[in-house]
Amino acid sequence: MIPPINIDLESLNFITIVPMLIAIFGALTILCIDLFSKKLDKSLYIMLAILFLVVDFGVLYGYSEATRGFFDLMLIDGISLLAQFIMIIATILFLLLSLNKLRFHDTAYPEYYALYLFMIAGFQFMVSSDSLILIFVGLETASMALYVMIALHNKSNSLEAAIKYFTMGALATAFFAFGSMIFYALTGSVELGVISQVLVESEFAHYPIIVVGVVFMMAALGFKISLFPFHTWVADVYEGSTASLAGFMSIVPKIAAFVVALRFFEIFIAAEDTVVQLLLYGVAVLTMTIPNLIALLQTDIKRMLAFSSVSHAGFVMVAILLGTTQATTALFLYWILFLVTNLGGFAMLWINRTKENGAFSSDHALEKYSGLIKTSPIAATMMGLFLLSLAGVPPFALFWGKMYLISSAVNADFIVLALIMAINSAIAAYYYLKPIVYMFLKEPIEKSNIEYLSNATTPLKVVIGFCAVAAVISIFFVEPLLEIISYYVQISGY
Amino acid sequence: MEHILSILIFFPAVAALIGFLVQKESIRAYAIAVSAIEFLLSIGLWIVFDNDNAGMQFMEMLPIIPSYGINYLVAVDGISLFLVILTTFMTMISLIGLTEKRDLKNLVISVLFLEMTMVAVFLCLDAIIFYLFWELSLVPMLYIIGAWGGNLRIYASIKFFLYTFTGSLVMLVGMLFLGYVYYQTTGNWSFSLLDWNMLLLPFDMQLWLFVAFFLGFAIKVPMVPFHTWLPYAHGQAPTIGSVILAAVLLKMGTYGFIRFSLPLFPDATVYFVIPMAILALIAIIYTAMVAYAQEDMKQVIAYSSVSHMGVIILGTFALNVEGIGGSIFLMISHGIVSGALFMLVGVIYDRRHTKLISEFGGLAKVMPNYATIFAVMLMASVGLPLTIGFVGEFLSLLGFFKTSPVLTLLAGLTIILGAVYMLVMYKRVFFGPLSNPKNEKLHDAKGRELVALIPLVALVVILGVYPKPILEPVNKSVTALVEIMQLKAVNETTKAKILSANSIGEVK
Repeated sequence: MIPPINIDLESLNFITIVPMLIAIFGALTILCIDLFSKKLDKSLYIMLAILFLVVDFGVLYGYSEATRGFFDLMLIDGISLLAQFIMIIATILFLLLSLNKLRFHDTAYPEYYALYLFMIAGFQFMVSSDSLILIFVGLETASMALYVMIALHNKSNSLEAAIKYFTMGALATAFFAFGSMIFYALTGSVELGVISQVLVESEFAHYPIIVVGVVFMMAALGFKISLFPFHTWVADVYEGSTASLAGFMSIVPKIAAFVVALRFFEIFIAAEDTVVQLLLYGVAVLTMTIPNLIALLQTDIKRMLAFSSVSHAGFVMVAILLGTTQATTALFLYWILFLVTNLGGFAMLWINRTKENGAFSSDHALEKYSGLIKTSPIAATMMGLFLLSLAGVPPFALFWGKMYLISSAVNADFIVLALIMAINSAIAAYYYLKPIVYMFLKEPIEKSNIEYLSNATTPLKVVIGFCAVAAVISIFFVEPLLEIISYYVQISGY
Repeated sequence: MEHILSILIFFPAVAALIGFLVQKESIRAYAIAVSAIEFLLSIGLWIVFDNDNAGMQFMEMLPIIPSYGINYLVAVDGISLFLVILTTFMTMISLIGLTEKRDLKNLVISVLFLEMTMVAVFLCLDAIIFYLFWELSLVPMLYIIGAWGGNLRIYASIKFFLYTFTGSLVMLVGMLFLGYVYYQTTGNWSFSLLDWNMLLLPFDMQLWLFVAFFLGFAIKVPMVPFHTWLPYAHGQAPTIGSVILAAVLLKMGTYGFIRFSLPLFPDATVYFVIPMAILALIAIIYTAMVAYAQEDMKQVIAYSSVSHMGVIILGTFALNVEGIGGSIFLMISHGIVSGALFMLVGVIYDRRHTKLISEFGGLAKVMPNYATIFAVMLMASVGLPLTIGFVGEFLSLLGFFKTSPVLTLLAGLTIILGAVYMLVMYKRVFFGPLSNPKNEKLHDAKGRELVALIPLVALVVILGVYPKPILEPVNKSVTALVEIMQLKAVNETTKAKILSANSIGEVK
């Protein structure tokens, strides 16, 4: 006879899953509305999704300290809140990009927006837990939704991208499961807190097996964050997806994975484990260098931005390697500023999307942008601004992230690493200059009949304007941002 | 007059922004008016500037990222005052002499933005904000060279950008490290140069920091072996780009040495005096020889710039009041003279669309005024006594004589070699028979060109005869600088060396 289980509802602490429930409820609402009427315009669904995200944001804002619930499965602490804030704001902005002019297959479906919300719920679970199982479930929920969204675009290369991403993702899933299994076998728990405690108490007994576990976890997270050598899917997948979704993929899934990486590697960084440190060091340096070199050879701006975002991920991995409070603060600052800049960059590609490529090799070939300053000066200036910001030219947004991150490396006595980061920024400047050279310094191609801004609408232009203003005046909001970030980072003890 | 420095920095930027609304046809007049107002403002600064005060004046501070010690901190002293005036003056002159027709509005707006960054570099005393403007100055220059330049303009502009950007990033790491050292020593974050000047650094740390800053500054100067971007940038840039590049942007590097490297790392500076002098000597002699071999008038002047920048570096690393003061004076005179020479080449290029020396000959017959102005500038460039070029060159060499008479003697070749390549070029262009029939109907310099050039000629003569109004405030601030170096040196030998370098008595 199994004894009856008595669970006090109070002890579940339902409040911890309310934000995710809101997103899921929103997704279901959108699906239900679609059942009743087929004629509704996509703008309705976009706005509904945004409203649910706003409510979600509002609920999150109410948390003031770390709370646990559901038998400690859920953990909403400072970094979880920060990551969710970033993800929700990013998602709202990227959702607005769906208000484009041209009609595409994917954005016409209401399911697309429901999937957006399901995905956010998944990522929210992923960052709000220190149990490897729940992280796994959240990761899979979100990834499944994302695969479908890419495929919905219904072009041959987007199907290719979705399948490629799915296959790689499945491999990463297997790695994650295997890594968790190893740690469960070693410590008898899947909770990172307990794992850490047991490992430290046993003074990292069975060390080779621990390292194997770390390698599996690093590979699993590496696929999601796109760390070298697990970055090979990035360019193809970004190329196959719409620019708005590619931009989204370069921000939101990565910040979720960074939070998991932060929680996981913290165990080893805090214990000053040299092998893991060395592994992270190598991976971070290679991730920022190799894709940087590959990006030099790209002739398509979208592929170039794909490799550049891999390189930026390598930069941020440095923060995880350092593990200091300043580094963690730098991670979030960097990602917020990267969000503003990359959103602007991908949105600029998105509004120049055409249905036909004409004489060009790809949709965003460099030549297509020749002499843009003559034909549409404002668009060229905006694009130039975002590229300079990505390159880290002061005073534009990403410079401050870069500066703060390099400085946290310097402060942790990683001078060589800081120099490597500086040199990589210089290499990156070359490929960011390439589109600028085409736009500003070359003459327009005659008789090419390129239609610029063919996908632009007022909301899109507003989003881009917002990003541009934010990139220019970032110097004034770095201080308040730092205050907010360090408050949340400190209450969660990183 | 409380915020005069901020007004000086941001007036051109605001004017550039508003300039988007000005009609294309009127933009030239607008630009000249703006730059003239800016120049008058800088003259106003000179008038209210207290010549007897060696320290920083008109200081303004505004917290930007206070939790990390980054503040907008501007101030002016004798060292930066004249560089600011040089910037505003040369920008005005180059805009007056501007003959470009294509996309004039974009060009003018870029020049005005560039003016903001240049003025700000000379006035900012917070390392991060200094770095901000330092890097930002690359962007308009990239556009000016790349969009209005010659055939190889894109290669030249990218080379210019990447070279400088790379060096500066290493410097940024050095700055962040210094900020951290300050935090460790005092418990507060600060990137203010004035705070840093109170920091005593151990010798080893000074060495690598000096190298980090050296990379940033030396590429900008440019010093051999980092000078290869300059001939391309100059050769391909439009006239206005070359003028501003030679007159002001190169001075940012030498200014950086004086403002940052010398007072922050006195021991490392003394340690590196001889290596720096050798690099400077290579620049002086080698690039002078290269200049002699050039076929293109603009390239001759470009290489002569590298050669003269070598003399400036030599003067700076003499580490005494004469040398440093002389090098600052040479920065100003070189700014005026090389700017004028590039404009003169621009004048002939507008008429013939070529800069090749072999295309010319006997120009003095058809263009007597032009030839005369060219001759004056040439003499100043060579360093003839009673011209502006002589004062700085003489003082720089005099300063270094105390350190090493032999090296100074070699550096003295600059005057001889300079005379060789400049006079040969002058002979081939202006004298001899008028062999090329295309040159027979050339107009002499006139109108706008004369308006731009004659003030420069006047300055060359006036300041050559009576340099005191500039030298006096400069020397005051330099004396204070040398005292700081003396105080901050951690090694006894350094103190002794600085003292002995400064024992030749004052030059009035």
